Amino acid sequence: MYVAVKGGEAAILATHDLVAEMRRGDPAIPELTTGQIREQMSLAVSRVMNEGSLADTDLAALALKQAQGDAIEAAFLMRAYRTTLPRLGSTVPLDTGAMAIRRRVSATYKDLPGGQVLGPTYDYTHRLFDFSLNGATGEQPATTLADTPLDTRMPRVPDILGAEGLMEPETPPEGDPRPFDLTRDPVEFPADRDVRLQALARGDEGFLLGLAYSVQRGFGGNHPFAGEIRLGEVPVELVPEELGFAVDIGDLTITECQMVNQFKGSKHVAPQFTRGYGLAFGHAERKAMSMSIVDRALKGRELGETAAYPAQQDEFVLYHSDNVEAAGFVEHLKLPHYVDFQGELELIRRLRRELDERIAREAAEAGVLAAVTQ
Amino acid sequence: MQKTVTSPLPPRDEAYNFAYLDEATKRMVRRALLKAVAVPGYQVPFGSREMPLARGWGTGGIQVTAAVIGPDDTLKVIDQGADDTTNAVSIRRFFARVAGVATTEATADATIIQTRHRIPEAPLEAGQILVYQVPQPEPLRKLESSEAETRKMHAWGDYGPMYVRLYEDIARFGHVATTYSYPVLVNGRYVMSPSPIPKFDNPKMHMSAALQLFGAGREKRIYAIPPWTEVKSLDFEDHPFEVQKWDEPCALCDAADSYLDEVITDDLGGRMFVCSDTHYCEGRRDAGHRGRLLGTDAGRALTRNEE
Repeated sequence: MYVAVKGGEAAILATHDLVAEMRRGDPAIPELTTGQIREQMSLAVSRVMNEGSLADTDLAALALKQAQGDAIEAAFLMRAYRTTLPRLGSTVPLDTGAMAIRRRVSATYKDLPGGQVLGPTYDYTHRLFDFSLNGATGEQPATTLADTPLDTRMPRVPDILGAEGLMEPETPPEGDPRPFDLTRDPVEFPADRDVRLQALARGDEGFLLGLAYSVQRGFGGNHPFAGEIRLGEVPVELVPEELGFAVDIGDLTITECQMVNQFKGSKHVAPQFTRGYGLAFGHAERKAMSMSIVDRALKGRELGETAAYPAQQDEFVLYHSDNVEAAGFVEHLKLPHYVDFQGELELIRRLRRELDERIAREAAEAGVLAAVTQ
Repeated sequence: MQKTVTSPLPPRDEAYNFAYLDEATKRMVRRALLKAVAVPGYQVPFGSREMPLARGWGTGGIQVTAAVIGPDDTLKVIDQGADDTTNAVSIRRFFARVAGVATTEATADATIIQTRHRIPEAPLEAGQILVYQVPQPEPLRKLESSEAETRKMHAWGDYGPMYVRLYEDIARFGHVATTYSYPVLVNGRYVMSPSPIPKFDNPKMHMSAALQLFGAGREKRIYAIPPWTEVKSLDFEDHPFEVQKWDEPCALCDAADSYLDEVITDDLGGRMFVCSDTHYCEGRRDAGHRGRLLGTDAGRALTRNEE
């Protein structure tokens, strides 16, 4: 099938070649492999998995390579791929209490069962350039194993508070229904918590960080405490219908954050701590913390708080936190709009002409009036 | 002088289901479409999928087209009225790749026309489907930012604030200062956004023989105007609805009845007006109509790809 090539079509074909050339950069420099990205850019890989809503480190690495490191473009690639994947089933809820811990810190207790485990973190590095990284060092970083293994079971901080009745209980809704899937069904407002958490989990890290910060600075009523942040591997289990028992299908690296928030109570609810929940693929603490603060802010309606600030308004947060949608709509302004602009041009010229005519007419009338009064 | 160049559209990519979407998703979209046709102008929420094109770039229209297109269909895609604008080319290539259907630029030959920002000048016929790409389906959004509230306003037929807005325009400017996305009342019931088509095109929606389908992918809404449906642009008895007019006809085909784009020809204020509907303009020129600048350098700059 052939159609006449016009300007647009030839240009589109050419731009694909230009992108490929720009992506490769200087051919004298060795090409990146996706394995290098997966292993050495793992935080970027985590971000792409979260915002792309797909846990696959190889695909995320490929997406980053194909998108020249643009996280949003890479997330877009992940999403366009996942939308074509069939759904095989739902896994059993993850038991983060059984996580193989690599890092676990609590800001609310000096020490707690299982202990504080600092693990890998940039928190206490000084942000000074390590110029030795400029070239390949070829050295294997030396780490030492602890003498004793970590406890196999580390209770989660909200559960400790919950045992005393100080933390709002969180129980699954009646019958523990399958959570909403916002990639399959349209969201309706007000949105329930499963919808909100799902939207936050794929929301833009920068946007959620800004919203969480706004809550802390005063555009939101809560003061959060980092009850616990944990990072590690959890087993993922699936119950195939034909078997009827759970089968371990692999491990997932996740970051979980539980924020503890003050709540003074209301007419019907006793004073207690309330929680905000954050969960992210891979190592993504900033994301999980931001998510948990915004989750708590959005729970205001259930707790009888007024939704006075942006972070407390589900329509505002859910509609605008999706960076793939936001980027698409903002960047669609690059598409031609000259038909609409022509309408605006015609209108503004007409309005200006009418104003000029009116001013001239009024000036003439004033002139006549002045002549008469003289 | 450039010669006409032809290039193959991409071949049908067998790795994807016909028209990209899986059959269950198409059925979901079709159900939403049926509901939309049954309740003209009502916005039906649907499970908008993430598409390989960006949100805001026609994913709603693409999903609607994908749900209704069959192997025997002939597809025309326009943006700003033109077949050769980059995004129209991109969407046409997408459907050639995932559906392998015939494509055309001739309005009369198309069974499905996907459009952004225009309705073709030539009247559509029974059996044709016009698919609109919609960025913001909610005509009341600028008056009320909450979706929960605007759905209530539609349910109650609470359109007073919209009339107040139009009235305020008239009070301040002497005109309704809306030139595109001009709201319409469909079948006497729902106020609907016609998508950002110029208000010039609004009258074409009224009692159209064609089926008009609207897809808003990012906002996850579908709505429709069935054939032969009353579509009225909102106005007042003493300020009736009017469409744009130009002082001069198309500089290429001399049409005085089409929507014109303004083309800047130099940096000294020189400009020319040409049909936004490129196929309509070509058809008129082929029939012997000659505009003021046809054959001049300025005219050739716009028609060189056809020569």
